[in-house]
Amino acid sequence: MTKALVIRDLTKVYAGGVEALKGINLDVEQGDFFGLLGPNGAGKSTTLSIITSLVNKTSGTVEVFGYDIDTHFSQAKKHLGVVPQEFNFSQFEKVFDIVVTQGGYYGIPLALAKQRAEHYLKKIGLWDKRHTQARMLSGGMKRRLMIARALVHEPNVLILDEPTAGVDIELRRSMWEFLREINAQGVTIILTTHYLEEAESLCRNIAIIDKGKIIQDSNTRALLRQLNMETFIFDVVNELTLAPEISGYASRLIDSHCFEVMVVKNQGLNPIFESLSAQGIQVSSMRNKANRLEELFVSLVEQGRMT
Amino acid sequence: MSFYELWISFSTIVIKEVRRFLRIWVQTLIPPIITMTLYFVIFGNLIGRRVGEMGGFDYVAYIVPGLIMMSVITNSYSNVVSSFYSAKFQNQIEEVLVSPTPNFLILVGYIVGGVARGLIVGFIVTLVSLFFTDLHISHVGIMISVVVLTSVLFALAGFLNAIYAKNFDDISIIPNFVLTPLTYLGGVFYSIDLLPEFWRNVSLINPILYMVNAFRFGVLGVSDIDVGVAFGVIMLFILAFFVLGMYLLKNSKGLRS
Repeated sequence: MTKALVIRDLTKVYAGGVEALKGINLDVEQGDFFGLLGPNGAGKSTTLSIITSLVNKTSGTVEVFGYDIDTHFSQAKKHLGVVPQEFNFSQFEKVFDIVVTQGGYYGIPLALAKQRAEHYLKKIGLWDKRHTQARMLSGGMKRRLMIARALVHEPNVLILDEPTAGVDIELRRSMWEFLREINAQGVTIILTTHYLEEAESLCRNIAIIDKGKIIQDSNTRALLRQLNMETFIFDVVNELTLAPEISGYASRLIDSHCFEVMVVKNQGLNPIFESLSAQGIQVSSMRNKANRLEELFVSLVEQGRMT
Repeated sequence: MSFYELWISFSTIVIKEVRRFLRIWVQTLIPPIITMTLYFVIFGNLIGRRVGEMGGFDYVAYIVPGLIMMSVITNSYSNVVSSFYSAKFQNQIEEVLVSPTPNFLILVGYIVGGVARGLIVGFIVTLVSLFFTDLHISHVGIMISVVVLTSVLFALAGFLNAIYAKNFDDISIIPNFVLTPLTYLGGVFYSIDLLPEFWRNVSLINPILYMVNAFRFGVLGVSDIDVGVAFGVIMLFILAFFVLGMYLLKNSKGLRS
């Protein structure tokens, strides 16, 4: 089966000599929910901008559904829908017009573009705002508008560059549901995000990029299996002055009703509860100190920088 | 893209551009009408009566073609430079850059938008001029082709200015410091036969002189220069600006870093 995206030896050197991409290779399967993660300035947005032709590459090839973006420009672009990081629509145009006009740029007849604009604006909860100028929308609404706009030509690949940045939790969750829904309909989704919880929750495959190089490209579950240690935080009913001693585990007191325990891979949690019960400590709640992927992400980026 | 899809894409850009300048008609259509009316009243009626004839016509009739061209030139230019630069400044240009619309259609779409405004303003100014003088068109074909080609040329020039511009100051420098002086010195108000030989020769390096005179030939049938040469100059500039525009759309750091 043709891959949704194939990147080979992609490099980008900006004017002034900044080497943003140092020969990256990437494959995204059709129907995948793919996350491209990395610290600020790692090369995520440059990669997406090259795919969408907003940045000219220095060398390498990019194919979208088998179409080279240089030699089959038009076919490649028809497959792509883009939700950029920054708002990039006219603030003075009305919501409905923005979506319909975008359809026009893809050669979609006006009647069909209007029909699809209605469908996606309803789907994303902006139909009531269709006659409102874009500048009057809230930040979250503007993000949703960009998603509706990106879908008007019904692309096979949807690229989202930090789609939930600055969006409140409730809206973020509803956007996740929407993205899952369109992914289930067969749309390949490629997203960058700083919220690693988002990537862990949504993405089936993840690549981590740092300083212009792919340092990890794997299935999300396989990636998480690499995690050697997790930190759990325990809230307790008893008042503590010292962290409880648990044989085989390192622990640290956070405050009088809270402590953390470092759990090495395959160690399990049962011995912790047994030890705490034996000491008469009653646990009221327990949680991960950080998102699992976040711990792994930090460790991989640090390892990559040391080598 | 199929031919039909290309047509939809192209017409989307043109309709968007035309809607933009019609939506702000108080800023785009009214000022040139007021300015040109003042020119007709002051230079045509008040001062023109004392000037007498020029090129065998009343002075007001003589300056009408130049003033129409002046309004076409400035409006074609300013429409594209302001629209394209604003789209670039707000990143809104990315909407069309990420789409399958080929670069030549983006360029032609913006040019047609500029030409539409230039010709609408030119037509209105022509109607206003009829309150001050009678116009008997001498060569309709030449008149129409010169005004359309000149409008295309300055819409292209506005496009190039917009691509190079880094801030809003940059889009007013060329109109104020290059376009306006060249237009005023381009034979709008006088025949270059009135100038001493040295200045007459200097005037010949001003491309706007060729456009104004070719248009005047189309309207009145008189010109200071050969109309064939004028067409050649206009076509040469259009070709050069179009090639440069296409190159910049693909490679400009201001658009695709």
